[in-house]
Amino acid sequence: MTERVGVYVCHCGSNIAGTVDVVGVANWAAEKLGRQGVIIAREYKFMCSSLGQELIEKDIKELGLTRVVVAACSPHLHEKTFRTAAKNAGLNPYLVELASIREQVSWVHSDKAVATAKAKAVVSGAVARVIENRPLEEIKVPINPNTLVVGGGIAGIQSALEIANAGFHVYLVEREPSIGGHMAQFDKTFPTLDCSACILTPRMVEAGTHPNITLLTWSEVTNVAGYVGNFHVTIKKKARFINEELCTGCGICQEKCPKKVIDDVYEAGLGYRKAVYTPFAQAVPNFPVMDKENCTYFIKGTCKACEKFCPTGAIDFNQQDEMLHIDVGNIVLATGYDLFDARRVSNYGYGRLPNVFTSLEFERLSNAAGPTSGNIVLRDGKTTPKSVGIIHCVGSRDKNFNNYCSVICCMQGLKFAHLVHERTGATVYNFYIDMRTAYKAYDEFYQRVLEEGTLFVRGKVAEVTDAARNEREKGRLIIQCEDTLAGKQRRIPVDMVILSSGLQPRADAKEVGKLFGISCSMDGWFTEKHPKLDPVATMTEGIYIVGCAQGPKDIPSSVAQGAAASARVLDKILQKEVALEPIKASVNQALCSGCRICNGLCPFNAITFIEDDKVTSINPALCQGCGTCVAACPAGAISGTGFSNEQIIAQIDGLMMKQLVIDN
Amino acid sequence: MNKYLLYPGCSMDSSAKAYMESLNSIVEPLNLHLEEIEDWNCCGATEYLGINLIPAYSLIARNLALAAKQTSDTRTVVAPCSACYLNLAKADYYMQERPTLGAKVNEALAAGGLEYKAGTLDVRHLIDVLVYDVGLDAIRKAVTHPLSGLKVVPYMGCMLPRPDYQHRWSDHEHPTELDDLLRALGADVIDYPLTTSCCGGHMTQIGPETAFELIHRLVSDADERGAQMMVTVCPMCQMNIDAYQNEMNHFFGTDFHMPILFFTQLMGLAFGKEPGEVGIGVELVSSRNALAHIGVEVPVTQEPAVPRKKDEGLSMPRRWTKHEGKKEAVK
Repeated sequence: MTERVGVYVCHCGSNIAGTVDVVGVANWAAEKLGRQGVIIAREYKFMCSSLGQELIEKDIKELGLTRVVVAACSPHLHEKTFRTAAKNAGLNPYLVELASIREQVSWVHSDKAVATAKAKAVVSGAVARVIENRPLEEIKVPINPNTLVVGGGIAGIQSALEIANAGFHVYLVEREPSIGGHMAQFDKTFPTLDCSACILTPRMVEAGTHPNITLLTWSEVTNVAGYVGNFHVTIKKKARFINEELCTGCGICQEKCPKKVIDDVYEAGLGYRKAVYTPFAQAVPNFPVMDKENCTYFIKGTCKACEKFCPTGAIDFNQQDEMLHIDVGNIVLATGYDLFDARRVSNYGYGRLPNVFTSLEFERLSNAAGPTSGNIVLRDGKTTPKSVGIIHCVGSRDKNFNNYCSVICCMQGLKFAHLVHERTGATVYNFYIDMRTAYKAYDEFYQRVLEEGTLFVRGKVAEVTDAARNEREKGRLIIQCEDTLAGKQRRIPVDMVILSSGLQPRADAKEVGKLFGISCSMDGWFTEKHPKLDPVATMTEGIYIVGCAQGPKDIPSSVAQGAAASARVLDKILQKEVALEPIKASVNQALCSGCRICNGLCPFNAITFIEDDKVTSINPALCQGCGTCVAACPAGAISGTGFSNEQIIAQIDGLMMKQLVIDN
Repeated sequence: MNKYLLYPGCSMDSSAKAYMESLNSIVEPLNLHLEEIEDWNCCGATEYLGINLIPAYSLIARNLALAAKQTSDTRTVVAPCSACYLNLAKADYYMQERPTLGAKVNEALAAGGLEYKAGTLDVRHLIDVLVYDVGLDAIRKAVTHPLSGLKVVPYMGCMLPRPDYQHRWSDHEHPTELDDLLRALGADVIDYPLTTSCCGGHMTQIGPETAFELIHRLVSDADERGAQMMVTVCPMCQMNIDAYQNEMNHFFGTDFHMPILFFTQLMGLAFGKEPGEVGIGVELVSSRNALAHIGVEVPVTQEPAVPRKKDEGLSMPRRWTKHEGKKEAVK
């Protein structure tokens, strides 16, 4: 049977028509591709509009089209739109092909003649290919209503609570002993100066006691298998050496533990904890964790002070790491950020000059529950600074380190200026490149800090040094900087320097991305599905990203994203089942030689080897249709539906205009 | 065995003779083999590249071409002088990065029957080779007379770590190679924040006031931190701080006495060489007192300079300089 093909060329306003002779392409297709089965070719201003779609639907019904080619944007954007239109008109949606003449043609070329010629070739390829397309049926699978949230910072907590409150079960996994994330380290939050703990701890407690939330702290996800609706996740619950059933969280073990350790995580290296510890008083859960590397018993085989004093006998030195296997339908990643290592900007002297602090150190310094009980003092632990310099953009907006803006640093610098001013009366200098105080009530806070008398110097700081040039500078830190508003070099001696270090992706973000099957941007942040219209979804169905894992953001945005992802998850759960693309690979076992080359390549573990028959088999439920095995098979025994060898060869022939050459 | 092609550079023959002598003294204990590039010429120092690019690059590239021709079983060129190192590295880098420049330079080289394909050689500084090839362990093993008690500031100078074309240094603002090496010799190394600040370069010739200011910063900070001497890797730094210290003192009315030696001289001492063998005693600001702290006696090889006549009358007006002269004229 010869197929009846309709070709629809979109102007996309001037996006395509500006560079491609759209009318010419449509006329050419009608005239030249007739022998290939094209019976109608039309052009329209916006094919994706309802009028454009109706045009296609009408032709399918009236002209009896059996195949449709839409020459428009990338399939990422509108493949679904046109497949749905075909379905509405009674045509199998997999008999529609998109020819990408926007992303691959008009946006990347400027010469109209060249672009038009290339658009014709792309259309010709799509026509040749669509003829080889076969009708496919979507696969429907039920959705597991449980959700996994990875990361217990404010974004993860928010996301977990929203889903749990809607009545569905959530597993909240956190790597550290307590949930709370970076927000738990702060004293005040900008711009309202709310106490960070006061607004965060009720949420933490709610998450810790919610009947629909299983809290797994001191745990890490080690493996993820499956697909949307049916993920199988393995979680390593690290040994706490505390029996959670018996522990009451009284804290006697911490009190009695003789081993003091510098706390690099919660106290940012400024304070101490014990070898058995909860990171802070309001920790959720309140069970302590034993740090095996530093515990005297684990090092020397003797001590056990905690065990002697524990009133409930909850200490268990024999506890082992536990592997938990759970099934979930959706996954939300809220893995947060790492602070940029200020040591890398060696000219600012962090790590060399004692009174240079990072932003996180200052958060602890100013925190009433911190190592100095909120007294802002120099590294000697007692002297109050008389002047403080706050340097913005450390490691951010700097092509030597990170190109991007870390978003929070300007407001954070203003908050620090306010706190220093309020508590010490010191003179405060803010060194900034540009002041970025967008969003609600932020600029008002800037005005307030200006009125308080904080001094602002616009210019990038060249160096912080203790090499004095005169008596006034002796024994102080000198900030050398170009004041671009005054148009001159300045040397400003201060007692304390705070570096507003930027945010950067977690050190293991790439591995975590790989584990969950999602990608990272050039800078290392997780990539969202669409930067504007789909900021919490990823290219992998069923995996969502929220908070700073997706890019630098402040608390309100992190909370908003946490809630947004939950809405998406609930939408999936309430649909009860999910349609999977029928793009799958299958093995023609008559051709399979059993070489097993494909066996190790499958990223989804969908391939198994049948020992008895010495052939390979693919589990269609696990196969994601990536095509790796299809390309690798030396015998050509594996073929992918929707991407069969016949389709690909036909498309290449079409692109090369093989048929037209023969015709002429 | 560590084998290298040596590009000594002009200063090693004259103002930095002590550097060459001390380098020769450590070659044997560290099992270094340095093969001098035959018929090498001046690298153009800091000035020529600012005047005329193609001839300047050709002047430098001639040395690279000769070295490449000479290559036997090494492709590494070692330059002990920071300016030479920077120029050689720069030519090698830009001839590759800018093919037109590379072609023009090769056209010039062809007149002398030479050719250089950029990237065929590794251009490295002496201290880079000592720290990363020979290694601190081997250096530590060769030390027979540790310099313990000698308080030194490590002064790398500005030309060595920046711009770092081949990513050779630990850091661009505060490289620690010299610190580590001096520590390996047993010296008390003082953290010196100005380690990569400029010594004034050729400003001593064309704008002495600027140079005096820069030298003053370096010397006064080293003095403030309790250093007995400065240690450098660069002939120009050594000369500026040594030869112009007296004038700088005169200019500012200060009285600093801060000797500056090459790191190889201290290596020689630590390896048990006599001060005379490593060129100690020819510096203008004598290191005699500083070295006495660690029991090294520097024999008097020269008549001490005649001390400046003490001013007995009223102070003199400030020295006339070209710069101020111009100002006067405008008035």
